[in-house]
Amino acid sequence: MSSLNGSGPRTRSHTISVEVENRPGVLTRVAGLFARRGYNIESLAVSTTERPDTSRMTIVVDADDAVLSQICRQVGKLIDVKAVNDNTDVAVVARELALLKVACGSADRPELIQFCDVFRARIVDLAEGEMIIEVTGNRPKIDAFIKLLDKFAIIEMARTGEILLARGLQDT
Amino acid sequence: MNGAEVVLECLRREGVEVVFGYPGGAVIPLYDALHKVDIRHILVRHEQGAALMAGGYARASGQVGVCIATSGPGVTNLVTGIADAYMDSIPIVCLTGQVPRPLIGKDSFQEIDATGITLPVVKHSYLVRDLAELPQVIAEAFHIARTGRPGPVLVDIPKDVQLEAFQGSLEVDRATLRSKQPAAEPDGASLAAAAELLNQAVRPTLYVGGGALASGATAELLAFAEAADIPVTWTLMGKGAFPEDHRLAVGMIGMHGAAYANYALTRCDVMLTVGARFDDRVTGKLATFAPEAKVIHIDVDRAELGKNRWPLVGVEGDLKTVLQRLLPRVQRHPERAAWVTQVQDWKAQHPLVPHRVKETGEIRPQHLLEQLNRLTGGQAIVSTDVGQHQMWAAQFYRPAEPRLWLTSGGAGTMGFGLPAAIGAWFARPGRANWLVTGDGSLQMNIQELAVAVLERVPVKVLLINNGYLGMVRQWQELFHGRNYSETWLSTVATPESPRISPDFVKLFEAYGAVGRRVFDDADVEEAMAWAAAVDGPALVEFVVHDEENVWPMVPAGGDTAAPILEPEGVDA
Repeated sequence: MSSLNGSGPRTRSHTISVEVENRPGVLTRVAGLFARRGYNIESLAVSTTERPDTSRMTIVVDADDAVLSQICRQVGKLIDVKAVNDNTDVAVVARELALLKVACGSADRPELIQFCDVFRARIVDLAEGEMIIEVTGNRPKIDAFIKLLDKFAIIEMARTGEILLARGLQDT
Repeated sequence: MNGAEVVLECLRREGVEVVFGYPGGAVIPLYDALHKVDIRHILVRHEQGAALMAGGYARASGQVGVCIATSGPGVTNLVTGIADAYMDSIPIVCLTGQVPRPLIGKDSFQEIDATGITLPVVKHSYLVRDLAELPQVIAEAFHIARTGRPGPVLVDIPKDVQLEAFQGSLEVDRATLRSKQPAAEPDGASLAAAAELLNQAVRPTLYVGGGALASGATAELLAFAEAADIPVTWTLMGKGAFPEDHRLAVGMIGMHGAAYANYALTRCDVMLTVGARFDDRVTGKLATFAPEAKVIHIDVDRAELGKNRWPLVGVEGDLKTVLQRLLPRVQRHPERAAWVTQVQDWKAQHPLVPHRVKETGEIRPQHLLEQLNRLTGGQAIVSTDVGQHQMWAAQFYRPAEPRLWLTSGGAGTMGFGLPAAIGAWFARPGRANWLVTGDGSLQMNIQELAVAVLERVPVKVLLINNGYLGMVRQWQELFHGRNYSETWLSTVATPESPRISPDFVKLFEAYGAVGRRVFDDADVEEAMAWAAAVDGPALVEFVVHDEENVWPMVPAGGDTAAPILEPEGVDA
């Protein structure tokens, strides 16, 4: 229980990985729990795994340590949840993909292309006055890239939400 | 064998003897098959009554209660009863009919998303889309309802699944049934830490919740408290877990708990919380609740450890086992006797309201509960509704054993009492069965009186009639300048012109039961004895002062260490 003591109110982003039974309604159960207990979801990605009966939800939440502990325990009570792991302080490979439609005249193109090069982002569509950029990486990288593009007009944006796996033989 | 017959055979295999339900279009196959097995069906008058009867059955017996409802409004009517079971961790299984599979999602007649609408108030739920899964689902539903922290489970079965011919096997591999429960053996390091902290305590207090009853840990609790010499307080849900006449018994804590019980809890140095959850009605303002107490928290649900109050030591496990493991490790601290004496002194100095008989002969509600206590010797199952009468009953009725005190704690469900009392009677028909209720609550499920009459359930209804929604009126008096907005339910009462809204005696007679109305304190004893002697359900309605209050009181969000005692002059 020592982890529950002395926790301060400081919140930060945590990524938790929830292994669930691949059954109808599981997403609703998890999302409903977050809603009614007032936990903030920053992003949520759901996908199948290497096992057909199991899905993985990768959830990024903004919470202090105490709330994070509550989230993990409350989610862990759901019958369809097989495992909950907090990956906050674990060595992981984390990736998110973002698509950004940016307004850009021909004068802005060289600078945008330069930015894309630095972030290893790809231009996947180009039309008169706009381009669509695809960028992958962890959340801080994507956040930094989006911030950089602030000086241009971002017309539309979509992000997948972060997914991750623990490095080495450790379970995610 | 069709799906409906599979359901009933599975219920029989789970040991179900009685179910509470109401037919409808989507469960006709289930009702068609009902009388082919040896299971008694109690026909309710409203589905909410079925869910609450199942809850009452479970509360009185510790066994899983079962209710049946049809799709659509049948399910929505269950919701309050399911929520009630959820909030108090009561094991029930709700079987609901659903429209046939091809009609699901088409806004069909009486189609409601049953698993969706109940999602926040069930421990788990199923929509059975494949008949082959049905035996596994029913077995798992019961397993989940009764293991770990108990709770309600809903099984929604489309009508065409009920009608389909079943080809598979009814055998279920019980090892494959899912549930969430702690390890059979509690963590040794946590046990050691708990024992060490407790053994150093000079002023320890036990804080006992409904989990002690759910775990069946009452014998262990008694042995533990005696071995360690620790005063025992309890919550509304923990009533009956510890003998109230015991040397170490203090009283009920919380908003309307005894002042001495709140003092004992909030001034302790080590708080041993067992099967309780630091509910706001217990703690008042959490930030100022028992600031000096080091908390040891034992619970079957690890999510409760640290949910509201950080424990210094948390022990996850079944309470019965944890107390068994802790017992040989605890010692009596030599300075602890002074604390026990201090608590007993508080008890003598701050008794519950000194409710004198008034010169007018007006009935004091507290007298009624004391008389009920004398009449039954605490041996009756007492169900309550919700409000002032519930708190008076909690303060003055002393159940002699576990599972005799049935009340809606977490949800605070008005209308709980009558169906709960009826459900409890089917679990324990040999017990005297009393309902303590108010003129507001009783009308919320009065239709179930028909069940009591037709099934010859001898529930004795002790109605405390003050003409008001009394608890709300009390708050309006104390916190809203006596602005009694929409809480007056009745006409003015005199012996010549009794409160009529409705005439409860006539109402009972209309249902085929009997009743009496009492105005004078001198008639209380005889009236209760009359009701007890009636063969069948009976009403004794006591007309009391319309502005009687429940004392002491810790206002919502207030300081539990400083309850408001009965104000001077109130009794004049």
